[in-house]
Amino acid sequence: MIRHLLSAGDLDAATATLVLDTAQEMASLADREVKKLPTLRGRTVVNLFYEDSTRTRISFEAAAKRLSADVINFSAKGSSVSKGESLKDTALTLQAMGADAVVIRHSASGAPHRLANWIDGTVVNAGDGTHEHPTQALLDAYTMRSRLGRLSGLNVAIVGDVLHSRVARSNVLLLHTLGAKVTLVAPPTLLPVGVDAWPAETSYHLDSVLPDADVVMMLRVQRERMDQAYFPSAREYSRRYGLDGARMRRLPEHAIVMHPGPMNRGMEITPEVADSPRSTIVEQVANGVSVRMAVLYLLLGGKV
Amino acid sequence: MTTYLIKGARILGGEPTDLLIRDGVVAEMGSGLSAAGARVVDADGLVALPGLVDLHTHLREPGREDAETVETGSRAAALGGYTAVCAMANTSPVADTAGVVEQVWRLGREAGLVDVQPIGAVTVGLNGEQLAELGAMADSAARVRIFSDDGFCVADPRLMRRALEYVKAFDGVIAQHAEEPRLTVGAQMHEGEVAARLGMTGWPAVAEESIIARDVLLAEHVGARLHVCHVSTAGSVGILRWAKERGIRVTAEVTPHHLLLTDERATSYDPVYKVNPPLRTAADVAALRAALVEGVVDIVATDHAPHAVEDKECEWAYARPGMLGLETALSIVIDTALDQLGWDGIAQRMSRTPARIAGLTEHGLDPAVGVPANFTLVDPAARWTVEPADLASRSRNTPYAETTLPARVVATFLRGEPTVLDGKATK
Repeated sequence: MIRHLLSAGDLDAATATLVLDTAQEMASLADREVKKLPTLRGRTVVNLFYEDSTRTRISFEAAAKRLSADVINFSAKGSSVSKGESLKDTALTLQAMGADAVVIRHSASGAPHRLANWIDGTVVNAGDGTHEHPTQALLDAYTMRSRLGRLSGLNVAIVGDVLHSRVARSNVLLLHTLGAKVTLVAPPTLLPVGVDAWPAETSYHLDSVLPDADVVMMLRVQRERMDQAYFPSAREYSRRYGLDGARMRRLPEHAIVMHPGPMNRGMEITPEVADSPRSTIVEQVANGVSVRMAVLYLLLGGKV
Repeated sequence: MTTYLIKGARILGGEPTDLLIRDGVVAEMGSGLSAAGARVVDADGLVALPGLVDLHTHLREPGREDAETVETGSRAAALGGYTAVCAMANTSPVADTAGVVEQVWRLGREAGLVDVQPIGAVTVGLNGEQLAELGAMADSAARVRIFSDDGFCVADPRLMRRALEYVKAFDGVIAQHAEEPRLTVGAQMHEGEVAARLGMTGWPAVAEESIIARDVLLAEHVGARLHVCHVSTAGSVGILRWAKERGIRVTAEVTPHHLLLTDERATSYDPVYKVNPPLRTAADVAALRAALVEGVVDIVATDHAPHAVEDKECEWAYARPGMLGLETALSIVIDTALDQLGWDGIAQRMSRTPARIAGLTEHGLDPAVGVPANFTLVDPAARWTVEPADLASRSRNTPYAETTLPARVVATFLRGEPTVLDGKATK
């Protein structure tokens, strides 16, 4: 039984599949007139967000509310050391308030692991620095499975700033666990030293990967990386690693295009691709609520 | 002064010998010694080593007396078997003037537990822009001979060259914190597989190695002495070996933690394992141990770096780097290298050579008649478990909490007076 969800690596294949199956049941709720389940009535879920992330926070909030939990949103922008209360003191405060689960988003890798040392309740990592974002990986896997019918044996290309991407790290771990084959595609500067140890292939050439891909996941690339010499210019990046209409047409017929959002249209993805029928970007958002319901339900219900 | 009769100490692990300590020196040595009125110290089974000398200690005073003071750090040092420590310059204010180094020196004398030898900053405020008044610090009562911006690298090659040259006038040495700052922007831990997995910005080995390579060439060019602080990579060892073979006057230190711990520790995200330079790989640890035995790395220095609780009980990225070392260093070295070094090798690397590098002529001398009585008595058979709350340091950031380590310091003598007896500080 797991108490926290800190890393996608915390999930074995059976548990991950249980989350996806549960999410599917949760999704069927969305079609009902009353979208609420009484499961977590009387339980308190705190959204502790040290970084702005409206979409993730709202997704967790909607998930908790559909399970009838009480939701407290705690926005603590800025570094805990330079401004105000420390993470530990915040943890003790939340503990005293009787938080059953804390959903934490933080700019420092490992902050959820620290938090888990200081509170008795469940900790859910909603994105920590450049480390992981396990519920994003779960909703991505859910989206792939619902579009393509399976995960095992899929060829998934994850393209872009792998070095700084928590989405990439969690996806590599979860997709490997579920039997998919991941290829990371990026300029060499945006792949971490040590990536060889990951259960994934790597490539510097997007065009050579596309014809065999069932899924292409485009990562957000921040223009500021240019100033740190990760690549020469935004235009060169787009030319070599951006997904435009011409490249999209090299994909197999059934292949889908994903993006965790928020997108830089014109940078890593063109509007033609983002708005095409292959794109699952809006579905991913909807699936996010179902998957997070499943995670809260299973963790707080002691079901995993 | 009390006279002490040490009974049955094994000097450097040799045959049991009695030592009579009078007037600050070893007055007599032999077997079956007796002296009326002398206080007897039973040293049966204990190994006598020349008092350890730490070339790299952060005492935090002035400025962060909540983390450590000269007195608490001195007590930790004495309990670790040290009779002299060199206090790094990154205090607040920075030890970049004769006034500050004399203050630290005087505080050390007042504490009276070890000889505190201040290290002077190379540049004003550790800013790496303008040389501090090195000559004034050398001429001060503190008689500074080691200069270091430790915590920061003297990154500007021209400034480093000038510093190396300038201190030749008073036989000084520059102790370089080798870290090319442009390669370690935002760095949190060793750049490699573990950092990639943990999503932490990497501190690449090449940031250390490139500075060491540059600096040994500069030292050769101007005929100066260079000391390299806390060497942490296998690649650095290779460069140092090359430099020594060429006859370049370079010495180097390794910390106990780099002889034992690896970057896998960061998996916990517990910042007690955050240190600069960072913990490296098992291959680096093996190379450093071999280099210490071979002598390519000359000495062990602690880089004792106390930090207040709030600076460690936080997110890894916000935590200050550094770990305690004085009270555990000898045990770690015994644990990792006694088999290959022997007691003489440990004395060489933790006492004689650091004393020579620092120019501390009263330290680093094996117990012998007429020699200043600076030595420590170690129980090699003892085992002890590190309890952070029991440490003499004001801080608690030891990476060895609840770890059981071999060997315990039973007594330490500084100029004939015990600073530690029966494993406890005398003041």
